[in-house]
Amino acid sequence: MEKNLNLNLKVWRQKNASDKGKFEEYKVNNISTDMSFLEMFDVLNDKLVTEDKDPIAFDHDCREGICGSCSMFINGQPHGPKQGVTTCQLHMRSFNDGDTIVVEPWRASPFPVIKDLVVDRSAFDRIISAGGFISVNTGNAQDANAIPIPKENADEAFAAAACIGCGACVAACKNASAMLFVSAKVSQFALLPQGQPERHQRVSEMVAQMDLEGFGACTNTGACSAECPKGISLTHIARMNRDYLAASLSSNEK
Amino acid sequence: MNWVIKMFSSSLGQKFIMALTGLFLCSFLIVHMIGNLQLFKADDGLAFNKYAVFMTTNPLIKVTSYLLYFSILFHAFKGILLVIKNNKARPVKYAVQNGAANSHWTSRSMGLLGTIILVFIVVHMKNFWFEYKFGHEIGYTSYYTNLATGVTGSKEMSAEYVQFNKIEEGMTADENGQYRLVIVKDLYKAVSTQFKEWYLVALYVLCMFAVAFHLYHGFKSAFQSLGLNHSKYNKLINFIGIWVFSILIPAGFAAMPLFFFFK
Repeated sequence: MEKNLNLNLKVWRQKNASDKGKFEEYKVNNISTDMSFLEMFDVLNDKLVTEDKDPIAFDHDCREGICGSCSMFINGQPHGPKQGVTTCQLHMRSFNDGDTIVVEPWRASPFPVIKDLVVDRSAFDRIISAGGFISVNTGNAQDANAIPIPKENADEAFAAAACIGCGACVAACKNASAMLFVSAKVSQFALLPQGQPERHQRVSEMVAQMDLEGFGACTNTGACSAECPKGISLTHIARMNRDYLAASLSSNEK
Repeated sequence: MNWVIKMFSSSLGQKFIMALTGLFLCSFLIVHMIGNLQLFKADDGLAFNKYAVFMTTNPLIKVTSYLLYFSILFHAFKGILLVIKNNKARPVKYAVQNGAANSHWTSRSMGLLGTIILVFIVVHMKNFWFEYKFGHEIGYTSYYTNLATGVTGSKEMSAEYVQFNKIEEGMTADENGQYRLVIVKDLYKAVSTQFKEWYLVALYVLCMFAVAFHLYHGFKSAFQSLGLNHSKYNKLINFIGIWVFSILIPAGFAAMPLFFFFK
């Protein structure tokens, strides 16, 4: 049996969007190393509720690494020290007894803090609305394999589509840039025949919306991809850059 | 023209500008390196001084040099503007940010490294380019070859002497036709004198480290910005970026002041 942990937490508390906010310190004791990071927060919140204090607000939903809700910046990294995981997949065995853990919300001007660790990520939704879709008529599903797609393209498109929109790329980037997210959403359609009719329009409009939201530019540090829970590759950013260049050069705009 | 402005003012387009000007500056470094290797030639600076005349008078090179000055300024100021814009995207900073866990420090320090290089370029151009073109400090040297015996030598002439006697630069023969003369502004001497100062040598060597680290990230990053990322070519791009632009070229440039300091 592993020893249970006693930890010091420094957590960002902010009442609402207009509050200035500050760090508060908490002690949590007897934390099992098998707990997830979110379960450790549940324990802390239970304690705060019994003490009649305001529990810490944090986003969570599926708790199995596919919803992308659990946005926590832990000890200087999105989703904590492990790479390729979300916060709910981070286990307390990644920490040592007596550690001080600093927990902050995602920091980016397009992601304003709503409360404590919860940020508003609807900027991502607006980027998707700008072009991150395929316009199709509904009706009967087409025969499987009616449109031939090279296996490599299908795999690459699937890898891009693994993006859960968690925003860790923005959080990790020194420029708070959303390139990895946008490029994944551009790539998943750019690689498939169904995405071709709107390919150029899609990339132009999504990039325009991304800029409008106030995300930073890309310095190619690779921090986004390193911290991405789904391991989205930088090749998608290169593809977006190519597509954007091609779209600009060949558009009918004078 | 509307689409051009739109493209280059987007966050992607601004990176295209950084990449294109950056790669152009990289290509300049190769030319600058090859030309300056003549400093190591033991000919009292004849080859280097003739090369300096060629570089400042050839019309094609003149046009390219204006493009170069423009690229340096554009790359620098666009870079500074991008740093400001990128900082604005995160108005509230993290209390703890462990950048080393997910990225190389050079990629996070391009603005700082670039600023050091910009300061260096200003100092460097003041010391040599400005002095050569507009200054009065640099004297002349006449390299002579005795046509009969083949004996060669050189004679220094002050800038005032050359001006006073209305001596023209270039290749001539003396009055008796006994000697072939090459009279040039002696940039080589200016280089060898200036690099006797330890602080200038130290500045140059330190700044070459900044160039090395800037290009360690910058060269490969430029290709990524232009969308040129392919598993078939990435190895070659990385190899050139590391061996040519962040080792060979900075080391070669750093060797020049050190060579004259210890000569």
